[in-house]
Amino acid sequence: MDWLYILMPIAGVKIFWPGLIILGIGVGVIGGFFGMGGAWMVTPGLNILGFPMAFAIGTDIAHMAGKSLISTMRHGKFGNVDYKLGLIMVFGTVAGFEIGAQMIMWLERIGIVGPVVRWMYLVLLALIAWMVFHDVAVKRRKEREAALAGKEVDKLATGIEWHKTLHKIKIPPMVHLKVAGIYCSAWLPIAISFFTGWLAGILGIGGGLIRMPSLIYLVGCPTHVAVGTDLFEVMISGLYGAASYTFKGRVELVAAIVMLVGAAMGAQVGSVATKYIKGYGIRIAFGLAVVGCLISVLLKLIPTYFPATYQVTDVMATVLILGLVAAMSVYITVKMVQGAKQEIAAKKGRV
Amino acid sequence: MKSVVQKVVLVLTTLWLSAPYAFAAGGGDVAPIVIVADSRKLTGVMAWWANLYNESHLYFTVLTVILIPIIGVLFGVLADLIMHFVGIDLKSRDLAEH
Repeated sequence: MDWLYILMPIAGVKIFWPGLIILGIGVGVIGGFFGMGGAWMVTPGLNILGFPMAFAIGTDIAHMAGKSLISTMRHGKFGNVDYKLGLIMVFGTVAGFEIGAQMIMWLERIGIVGPVVRWMYLVLLALIAWMVFHDVAVKRRKEREAALAGKEVDKLATGIEWHKTLHKIKIPPMVHLKVAGIYCSAWLPIAISFFTGWLAGILGIGGGLIRMPSLIYLVGCPTHVAVGTDLFEVMISGLYGAASYTFKGRVELVAAIVMLVGAAMGAQVGSVATKYIKGYGIRIAFGLAVVGCLISVLLKLIPTYFPATYQVTDVMATVLILGLVAAMSVYITVKMVQGAKQEIAAKKGRV
Repeated sequence: MKSVVQKVVLVLTTLWLSAPYAFAAGGGDVAPIVIVADSRKLTGVMAWWANLYNESHLYFTVLTVILIPIIGVLFGVLADLIMHFVGIDLKSRDLAEH
């Protein structure tokens, strides 16, 4: 079965290449749908497949740049990208990312990069999962209360409305973001992008994992605009990150290309699927994916404290993360095909 | 105005270049880890690629940054063509709710 393994020229490790393709296609679909690079699945996934953590991060960011470029182009055509908001956020993202990337090099030198990245992942994923499901619960409570009062909840209403409080901050300059329908202080998106950029650099993610919910809950973007604008940001931070990590010698281009072949096509499927699934449907699916990722990272951490469990937890984490990528991407693809069928049938009916 | 811009650029460049030293202050030695690709087991393009990595990270970076978007766009456009051929509307979206 040697033919199923390919020797990576830079990292010097033999990698199971079908795993790379599955990861690429799956993460392409998921990334295009949720508006993120999907690195929160790829980095642990690559690490599980055998890449050292620093190479996993760099390789992931490199493939992400190409994939998010395609997704941004698609979402741009759907009118889902607020370019003004995206450009404002670029400054914070780049500054934050560089600081994060420098910190990961330092953590690598002192030999604690693996555990630190995994623990940070855990805390972050738990926080995001809570935020998403709390939001869904609050929205459902509002709907129940409105139904009891004999009223109907506004279709644009959301569960969590932290952004309304943040919009009261009137530090100049104020900006009007037309696509997102927001009027706020420019410092709000700058501060959020700096923080998410820093996380992106240190965790080796495009930043979408936290920026997408931040755009919804803190900036106040509609879900679809958050998805599109976030991908625009991921594209920029991904390109910058790819250059930064490659120059530091931590990118395995062969692996990135194998993944990108599948990811670029999957990204189109995921982006088009947002046409057919409602905003809260996207949020709930996102929350479930985060929970799955949280469990897989937890499984990778257990052997650090209980070495005897290594073999069992390692297999479980591999199965879970690849299974999660496969299940989510199949679900999104099926929804996309169903929606497309209805659209084509409706078009034929009109003719 | 021009001199102010020059000063800002100078300060930012200095900060960026000195950042590894600042962040390594608590970690001791700041010498970067050097990874050398073992090209002895490789042949053809793979060997050339590994050698390029060993010889110049700059050329390696430039080529990577050029190749990644090109390959992405190539396969993305291919998927676009297939979906357009199937009959999916790729220019508009009806949904506008949260």
